[in-house]
Amino acid sequence: MSALLAIAGLDAYYGRAHILQGVGFDMGRGEVLALMGRNGAGKSTTMKAVMGLVPPAGGTIRFDGQRIEGREPFAIARLGIGYVPEERRIFSELTVMENLAVGRRPPREGAPHWTPDRLFALFPNLGRMRDRPGGAMSGGEQQMLTIARTLMGNPRLLLLDEPSEGLAPVIVEAMAATILRLKEEGMSILLSEQNLHFAGNVADRAAIIEKGVIRFTGTMDALKANEAVRTQYLSV
Amino acid sequence: MLDLILTQTLNGLASASSLFLVASGLSIIFGVTRIVNFAHGSLYMLGAYLGWTLVAWLGPASPLGFWGGVVLAALLVAGIGALIEIAILRRIYPAPELFQLLATFGVVLMIQDIALAVWGPEDKLGPRAPGFRSFVILFDSRFPSYELLLIAIGPAVLALLWFLFRKTRWGTLVRAATQDREMVGALGVNQRLLFTSVFAFGAGLAGLGGALQLPREAATLHMDLSMIAEVFVVVVVGGLGSVAGAYLAAVLIGVLHAFGILIFPKITLVLVFLVMAVVLVVKPYGLLGRRPAGQPRATAVEPLLRPADRATKRAGLLALLLLAALPLAAPDSLLLILTELLIFTLFAASLHFMMGPGGLASFGHAAYFGLGAYGAALAVKWLGAPMEPALLFAPFLAGIAGVVFGWFCVRLSGVYLAMLTLAFAQIAWATAFQWVELTGGDNGILGVWPSAWAVSKTAFYYLALAICAACVLLLRVMIFSPLGYGLRAARDNALRAEAIGIDTMRVQWAAFAIAALAAGVAGGLFAFFKGSVFPTYLAIPRSVDALLMVLLGGVQTVSGPIVGAFAYAGLSEQLAKLTLYWRFALGLAIVLLVMLFPRGLVGGFLAWRERLGPGAGAR
Repeated sequence: MSALLAIAGLDAYYGRAHILQGVGFDMGRGEVLALMGRNGAGKSTTMKAVMGLVPPAGGTIRFDGQRIEGREPFAIARLGIGYVPEERRIFSELTVMENLAVGRRPPREGAPHWTPDRLFALFPNLGRMRDRPGGAMSGGEQQMLTIARTLMGNPRLLLLDEPSEGLAPVIVEAMAATILRLKEEGMSILLSEQNLHFAGNVADRAAIIEKGVIRFTGTMDALKANEAVRTQYLSV
Repeated sequence: MLDLILTQTLNGLASASSLFLVASGLSIIFGVTRIVNFAHGSLYMLGAYLGWTLVAWLGPASPLGFWGGVVLAALLVAGIGALIEIAILRRIYPAPELFQLLATFGVVLMIQDIALAVWGPEDKLGPRAPGFRSFVILFDSRFPSYELLLIAIGPAVLALLWFLFRKTRWGTLVRAATQDREMVGALGVNQRLLFTSVFAFGAGLAGLGGALQLPREAATLHMDLSMIAEVFVVVVVGGLGSVAGAYLAAVLIGVLHAFGILIFPKITLVLVFLVMAVVLVVKPYGLLGRRPAGQPRATAVEPLLRPADRATKRAGLLALLLLAALPLAAPDSLLLILTELLIFTLFAASLHFMMGPGGLASFGHAAYFGLGAYGAALAVKWLGAPMEPALLFAPFLAGIAGVVFGWFCVRLSGVYLAMLTLAFAQIAWATAFQWVELTGGDNGILGVWPSAWAVSKTAFYYLALAICAACVLLLRVMIFSPLGYGLRAARDNALRAEAIGIDTMRVQWAAFAIAALAAGVAGGLFAFFKGSVFPTYLAIPRSVDALLMVLLGGVQTVSGPIVGAFAYAGLSEQLAKLTLYWRFALGLAIVLLVMLFPRGLVGGFLAWRERLGPGAGAR
């Protein structure tokens, strides 16, 4: 069986800056892959390139065997890729229910079908503030809402950009639990992360990116065992 | 007295309805597409003309014929809006704001000529609405029942819009896209469809506004620009993007107009201006508006403005020498054209000064050009001044206007600023047009002739060359002075500029005044060049001339306005000679230019050169 997401030789630029320099990795169905690296290494850009938000200058991105590079973001989302941006990008003037409504897509074969009620079971906090505007929520609540909003599209692959960033430790724990719950549902998740502890708790495998190049791929256990790689690419 | 107040209030409310329909359409379109649709007044005009034709065709006597015609006209305008979005706007969403505005102005020109070709130059008197032809007696005065209907339509549409935006999926998507359209796309919503539908919807509202206006006033070819200026005022006062704000402001402006005409017919516009000024001082983003959400535009970094290198300096000197030597060989007719071009070059350079380094886009720069011309003419007519002091007085008047208007304008930025400058220019134009005792109104002021020594074409040419070249060079020097640096710092990042001690508003205010002053010099010269002044000197098309010159040359280049002035003046001259429908041709040319050269001619050339070899910058 082919990989769910297969990236090869991916190039991307911001203006003249060459951000991604031939990034390539595969991930399988039902897998949680942590894309790790320091600030500015190219984690977010990789996600944006997959989503079509940053036009790839070269290379291929295959989703379920189908080439998706160069397509428009909405078309990529409709294929079943859900994107949770780092900055959350909640619609602050819209209520929780309205935010969820924007993300709503028809049910998809081979992916869990999400409804607001199922999501409120996953994120009980959100259920208690259905009519609150997104702008009046705490950072952690907003982070939950972005994930819920993206899940309303019934994705087969979830791109989570730095979900633990800027959150209180308690919330980070809750976030890890949520990711594990989603994984139990069979969701494939590509997660960008700087925090090795967090990634170690939720991910099966890791890919390490530095200056736009993938330096390491392997299981989470292999990464934990490999101190040389950790100090070279991850320690601050 | 009481009944008079009541009827005037009702009058104002009735006129507010159409204003609200057009303004809310503009606001909604801006919210999602971030484009201020200059052509919205034109869609309103099309609604009126199409309504006139359709009602006549369907039978104005029957209610079905009239209302069917009105609704059909609105739907047709919605369709036209969709076409405009698909054919033009969709291609220019990534272009800089100004170019988008310019492209929609191209559409204004095209629609003007299309309307002229289809409906002819005569005003079209609209049909009366069946069932609403009588009067209602209110407080002992007769009040047309159609007006009452219009008064009801405003809040009804407001309620409908509220329902649409709060209770339907389409409305939710539109509100979400207003905040973060990219994210809406990433969630699987087809943005293209959304944008087209939003544009069609806003266009339909404008068309409805136009068609509903038919029983009140005739459809004319001028209603587009007069409406867009009023709508800009409404939108600035109400808050861009706020539908409720648009209603509130439309009522406010409508009622103000009604009373203004009653009490001080001459200064109605001044009254509107004062209200707008108060609102903007208290609430810079309008009554119900909010500071534009910090959605950073993904535009390329502006190329650096650099002082001329040796080759450019030499070329400039050569051009100047050539211009100075020309009268020896050139016939008088060519000298006349060149004199006009020189004046326009200064006009364009003055606008460029605030637009390029200042980032302050003025859509009403003709106000200062025209005030300069009027300053000179008034000095001649009322003070009996000869040319020399009159030429000094010209920039003085323009400069005062620049200081006053600029004070308000620099409080805003981007499209808000552009709209406000346009509204100010419209007010200046209306003052020149309406204050017949002082300005002669539409007849203008004649007999503004130069002093004896400058009467010959050659002498006046040298006078224009000397003044224009000196002023353009002075503007250039200022771009590379501390003021110019501060201006560019404020443009690129106002917050950081303030953090290092630059009073950005003051710097921009100074730039505004200087630009107005320089435009006034050009205007004064122009008055003596033509021997007369007319209100058209301050009109919107003249402002757009200047904008086109600057944008054609490229905003972020120093020599751009010079190249642009020559290219544009040549282009429009040729077009006017070639075809009766020169507005259509010019509009089409503008739209195509924006699509093909989003960085202007010089900008495009520099980008092309930059791609060829490193080390080249914008000169």
